[in-house]
Amino acid sequence: MLDSLKQKILGIVTPQTVTCPSCKKEFQSKEMKAASYICPQCGKYLRVGARDRIAMTVDKGSFKELAADLSSKDFLNFPGYADKLTAAKESVGENDAVICGVCSIGGIRAAIFVMDPRFIMASMGSVVGEKITRLFELATKKKLPVIGFTASGGARMQEGIISLMQMAKVSGAVGKHSDAGLLYITVLTDPTTGGVTASFAMQGDIILAEPGALVGFAGRRVVEQTTGTALPENFQRAEFLLKHGFVDSIVSRDKMVETLTNLLRCHGVKIS
Amino acid sequence: MMTAGEKLRIARMNHRPGGVDYIKKLIDSPIELHGDRRFGDDPAIVGGIGMLNGIPVTYITTDKGADLSERIERNFGCPKPEGYRKAMRLMRQAEKFQRPVICFVDTQGAWCGADAEERGQGEAIAESILGMMGLKTPVITILTGEGGSGGALALAAADRVYMLENAIYSVISPEGCASILWKDSSRVNDAAEALHITAQDMKELGVADGVIAEDFENFDAMCANIRDILTSELAKLTRVSGELLAQGRYERFRKFGIFEK
Repeated sequence: MLDSLKQKILGIVTPQTVTCPSCKKEFQSKEMKAASYICPQCGKYLRVGARDRIAMTVDKGSFKELAADLSSKDFLNFPGYADKLTAAKESVGENDAVICGVCSIGGIRAAIFVMDPRFIMASMGSVVGEKITRLFELATKKKLPVIGFTASGGARMQEGIISLMQMAKVSGAVGKHSDAGLLYITVLTDPTTGGVTASFAMQGDIILAEPGALVGFAGRRVVEQTTGTALPENFQRAEFLLKHGFVDSIVSRDKMVETLTNLLRCHGVKIS
Repeated sequence: MMTAGEKLRIARMNHRPGGVDYIKKLIDSPIELHGDRRFGDDPAIVGGIGMLNGIPVTYITTDKGADLSERIERNFGCPKPEGYRKAMRLMRQAEKFQRPVICFVDTQGAWCGADAEERGQGEAIAESILGMMGLKTPVITILTGEGGSGGALALAAADRVYMLENAIYSVISPEGCASILWKDSSRVNDAAEALHITAQDMKELGVADGVIAEDFENFDAMCANIRDILTSELAKLTRVSGELLAQGRYERFRKFGIFEK
């Protein structure tokens, strides 16, 4: 009722059903959300939007968003970018592909960023880079740990070389935060690839991953084309990274808050 | 004026001098240092110590190889994780002994093989960028041909970035961009144009501090010019403390980003 009213007034269309990409069973959106986007039938981890992820992770009512008003600009007049931005903003209802803010988790204050794979595959352009950089700068100043949920198709090619420079910009801010003796935990979610993997996703003091998350530098198809061989099913999955030593732990969605809380506690962060 | 597509083809030409050629001309009595001390030695990246105009420096360069057998040996200049880890080891060593670092980059990108993924290509590049951003010794990078995405940036988070006049720097290969945008990888020229990849574009965007004239017919004179540029930049950078260098580097990269509030 409320949804249909919202649709009428704001023109926002909320899909009523979600189909599991693995077992293809259809569920009511509400039911899927209540299940934390884990398919009730087959157990597949579905991708989670940034707002939902924040709601699943932080203490209720504790989230204060930062730099929400930044939005991307088509400064290279890149073919199709302006339309792509408009469409993403409309369908996702966010200004860009990352949400940043300050919150508490298990009663412990932390800075948090969450990338949203629904927004142009959470590709990293100026806005994503700037928001995450500002978050690290604030966290360094306020002596807060940073929790980052990564997801990304890589750098946003529509912003040309400036998107590549975001990798260095964010890395610089991560480095300053680290030099101040502060904790940075990354949670790699499906999919984390390209320039985000090759920068702040892999710079955490502790790197967690969700089960089955695809994490890599080069895309699977590119690797197959380069080497001319078929790759195993588990290639670049979280379990593959764990085996090769690039992830500290794979944490299921129902244990994420508890795990983050325990890690924060172990780093001498005072309970507020 | 040449188009971006034409520049791209020139940047990729086989007859361009390789990274090792610049080392031979610019560095006196170079001593190559091998290996990442973890897994192996990546021939796509060559590094070592030598004298630049009387100043001891650490040099690091990608190299595509001069002939076919060398190209295969050097993996066509596409570094693997152990290459970036070797580079970072040598940069840390330079930092310890307060030697400036000079990097030459010409790569289509980091190697996209299954072996590189297994050994953490993303992590290796991430560590290299993070390490360079905090390095307490001067570092100057010259892009001499192709600056292929993260694989090039991994050696270019520097105090000063110079480009040869026909070098390019791109977030994605124009072929890859064209195939994503138009499902047609042959539209390379259109993609190159759209991406803004030329040295002149980089100068305009502030990504490159300067553009260096190419004259491969008179390679000695061209390298003498490069030596002069490096020497004069080092004269300025070596006067600055390590802390302030890192701060300046942070500010250099902090300013990149164009958006609306």
